[in-house]
Parts: sequence; C-alpha cells; structure tokens
Amino acid sequence: MPPIRTRLALTLTGFSALLAVALVAGPLIGSTHISLGRVFDRSIAFADNTDAQIFFVARLPRVLAAALVGASLAAAGVVFQALLRNPLATPDTLGVSSGAALGAMLAITFHVDFAVAGVASIPLASFAGSVGALGIVYALASARRRGLSTIVLLLAGVTMTAFFQALILFTQYLADFADTFRTVRWLMGTLDVGSFAPILAALPIVLVAFAMLATLPRSLDLISLGADAAAARGVNVLAAERLALAGASLATGAAVSLAGPVGFIGLVVPHLVRLVVGSDHRLVLPASALFGAAFLIACDAVARTVWSSGELPVGIVTALIGGPFFLWLLVRK
Amino acid sequence: MLRADRVSFGYRAAAPLVVDEVSLAIAPGELVGILGPNGSGKTTLLKMLGGTLTPSAGEIQFERRPLRDWSRRELARRIALVPQETHAPFDFTVLDIVLMGRFPHLGTFALEGPADLAIARQALASTGTSAFEARPFATLSGGEKQRVVIASALAQSPELLLLDEPTASLDLGHQLDVQLLLAALNRDRRVTMVLSTHDLNLAAALCRHLILLRDGRVIAQGPTEAVLTPETVRALYGVDADVHRHPIAGHLTVTPLARVR
Repeated sequence: MPPIRTRLALTLTGFSALLAVALVAGPLIGSTHISLGRVFDRSIAFADNTDAQIFFVARLPRVLAAALVGASLAAAGVVFQALLRNPLATPDTLGVSSGAALGAMLAITFHVDFAVAGVASIPLASFAGSVGALGIVYALASARRRGLSTIVLLLAGVTMTAFFQALILFTQYLADFADTFRTVRWLMGTLDVGSFAPILAALPIVLVAFAMLATLPRSLDLISLGADAAAARGVNVLAAERLALAGASLATGAAVSLAGPVGFIGLVVPHLVRLVVGSDHRLVLPASALFGAAFLIACDAVARTVWSSGELPVGIVTALIGGPFFLWLLVRK
Repeated sequence: MLRADRVSFGYRAAAPLVVDEVSLAIAPGELVGILGPNGSGKTTLLKMLGGTLTPSAGEIQFERRPLRDWSRRELARRIALVPQETHAPFDFTVLDIVLMGRFPHLGTFALEGPADLAIARQALASTGTSAFEARPFATLSGGEKQRVVIASALAQSPELLLLDEPTASLDLGHQLDVQLLLAALNRDRRVTMVLSTHDLNLAAALCRHLILLRDGRVIAQGPTEAVLTPETVRALYGVDADVHRHPIAGHLTVTPLARVR
C-alpha cells in the first residue's frame, strides 16, 4: 500500500475532479435541453441567453444547495459513525435532524414569519431545533459520569428522535389543511431553494463546522477503537468528542434547515467511500464531503428528470436508494 | 520512574472505593504483575497509572512529576497501555492499527513519514506480526489481535508499557506466545512493564515483582518469590493451594487444591 501522503493526494484529486464534473454537468441536466457552449457564449447578452439564464438562475442555486447539503450530511455521517463506534449511525441518529424538523414544523404551523439578515423564519427555527436537540442529548449523555457515555448518547438520540416525531405529528394534527400540506412537503426534503440567498446563509455555518472537523480525523480513527484506547495513545478524548459532536451537529443543522431532512446521504456516502479509500478518517472524511456533494447533485438530477410531469423531492430519491442500501449493509456484515 | 502515593478511586461519591489507598513504586526495567480476583480494582489502578483516569484521592508521579501536569500527548510518548480487548468497528488493516501508535509523536495535521513507517514495521517484527500487516485487523484471531495491539503500543516508543490482562481470553498456545513476547521485550528492549492478571502461573513465570490486590487494597507486594505463598493465594481467592517451584520451568507454580469459605 502506498504511503498516506500519496493516498491522500490521490483521494483529494480524484474526488475533487468528480465533484467538478458534477458541478458542471448538474445544471446542464433538466427538462429543458441547454448547451454548455451557448451558456458560456459571451457574444450573446445574458438577458437574451435563455441557456445561460436556465443554467445560472434556475438550476445553479439548486445544484450548489445539493453540493452544500450533500457534503454536510456525508461528513456528519462519517463523524457520527466514528464517535458512536457504529458504522450504521447517521446524522439522524442523535435526534439533531428530527429536532430541526420539529423547529420547521412549528414555524410553518404557527405562521412564525420574520427574517433575520435575509434568512427566513423556517430555516432559522429549524436550525434552532437542531441546536436544541443536540443540547438535550448532550446534557443526558454527560450527566451521569465523567466524560461522554456513547451508549447513553445513542439511546438518548434514538429516544429523542421518536419523541420529536410524536411532537411533529401532534403539530400536524393542530395544523389546518394547507399548513399540513406545506409541512409534509418540507419533510420530504427538497433542494428547490429558489435563489442564492439561503445558500449564502448556510455556508458560513458549514464552513465553521468543517473547520472544527478538519482537526479531528486521526483522533476519530483512535476514538473508533474505544475511548480508553484513544486516551492511552494521547488523544484528549473529551475535547475531541465535544468538537466532533458540535461540528457534525452544526453541519447537520445547516443542511436540514436548507433542504429539509434528506435521508440516507450520511449513511450511503461514507460506506461507498470506504470501499474505495479504506477506513483511515484522514481519507474518508474529505472524500465523503466531496463525494457527498457530487452524489446529492446526481440524486437531484434524477429527481428533476425522472418524473415527466414534474420534479420529485430529492429526499424521496435518496430514501429509495438508501433504504435498500442500508439493508444490504446489515446483511453483508 | 512511576510512583503512586495513597491513590484511591470511586466511581460515585457514596459507592465503595474501587481502589483504596494504593501506594507503589515502579523502577526502570522492572516487570511487575498486579494480581487479584475479578473486580479487585486491577483495571482501574492500571488506568490511573497510565493517566487516562484521574484518582479521586492521592497522587501519581511519573519521573517525579505529577501525572496531572503532563499533557495527554506528552504522556503517551512515554507510557503506553494495552487494553484487555480491542474492537475495530471499521476495516482497519494491521499496519493502520500499528501506525496509530505514532499519534502522540505527530502534530495535528502531520502525516506519518518514512521514519514512522520504519518504527511501525520494527514493532510488527518484534511482535512476530509482520506477515499479516496488510490483513484486516478484524479477521485476526484473539492472540494475533493482542500481539498487534502490543505492536501498536510499541510504536508509541514508550519507556513504560501497561498491559491489562494481556492473556485473559487466549488459548494456551497464544498465552505462551504473549508471555514469551513480553519477557523478550522487557529483556531486549528494556521496556518497563506493569501487567494485571488473575493468572497466577503467568505472573509467577513472567513477573519479578508482584502487587496483590483485593477489594481495591494492597494485601502484599514485593519480589515474586516472597509474595506468592499459600497464605496470600488463600487470602486473594479463597482457595487452598500448593505453591512450589516447578522442577523444569524453574519458577513457582500454583496448583489449587480446595475451596475455602
């Protein structure tokens, strides 16, 4: 096996190239055929160039949203799997995602309508929901002993998810017909963001989250072998676990507030990446972020084109791919 | 090199202490066994000696400096700990696992270079595990895993190696492999070792000093020959035993004869 330096360079180059292809090909695909040559034809004014308008105005925001959401959920999945020492963990496992959904449900149902610095109330409420959910789960897991209890974290997360789902149903029961329709649509997960503004609002949170996670890959390798083993090798386990939890939850919260709960990305992508690069988190984490972005762009391209009479919510496509994939993983073990 | 002064630990304030006022000193080059029945506090004591668990009372010093003044990374360059069992949830190769031992020697974003690889390969060689460096760790047998984890600890280039029941789940052949490996490492590489075990015959064969632990308290400590007697075995395990020097092996052996209550 070549040294880690070589493997890291190859991994970053390969997956970056894949993402670059997805970023260019993504906006070209859709119900209306456009040509790349015409999109970048500088001799036609932008106002007259419908191909360029479709590329940049109609489709590019959606593709960039897919990239941001895909990268965030895939990276969060990698981190939660290492942190919980469980390859089947996902960004939803700790309840962060359901907390975000509950926040959005409440904002939609009770018509909470305001904007802070151009960000609408639904994504804000959703992000607040994810932070709240993390707070509760973290408090439970650190209450009983020094350090974080992985098993309490996992069980608290699963319980909180079920509890949030009940609150979501309760909220929907209270809502009128039109609001219920909106909440159900939101829960399907869609990348139809409409403009660049929501992406720019989520971007700083994702960048902060990625900066936090960037220091962690080697610690995650060791933490996956057990907290005591990691501490004995020199990892400051509690600090690393807190950083991992905060970074992965921020990324998840930002992604869910942007697109709703798009499922299975955080599970499918890391596993596919591991098949290619092995298990070293210094390779798996960046490769999963890059491949997650490309993968969700591809899923969204399918969602936009597979249905002749309209666009499917991308969450339905990822779930239809992810469900069987999850079962295959279970059986393969 | 390592000194514990009246060290205690309890998981909860009201609960009985797991380790109760233990004092001990480990000199460089020694091979010390901590003996005691299940639940006597061996693992807790070992974790405290390695600095991964902070005592609730008392103080431990390494090289005359309290453990709490050492950073985790700094300490891991000098002391390595081999846990009782290591489970890898992901498909790491044997070489991956051993290279992780270099963690405390590398900066946050530093990658292992040729020097680190050479150290890892040497650790593989001295534990007899070179042949399966490319194999997935999860596919190894218990004895092979234990030797690989010892190699990973050796890759930390420690002066002090702590081992928690290194032979507990191994069959006779693998037990002997690990026993001979530890004896050789102590003899040839001058690694100081402290190991916990409830296997009296392993301790008698391997360790020059013993610390006997019951209910978190030291009931005897000193040279193996002086400490391992029918009286101490009875006190530790509630078993009447014959302790005599084995005519061929040359060390003490313990044969249990009857249960006493």
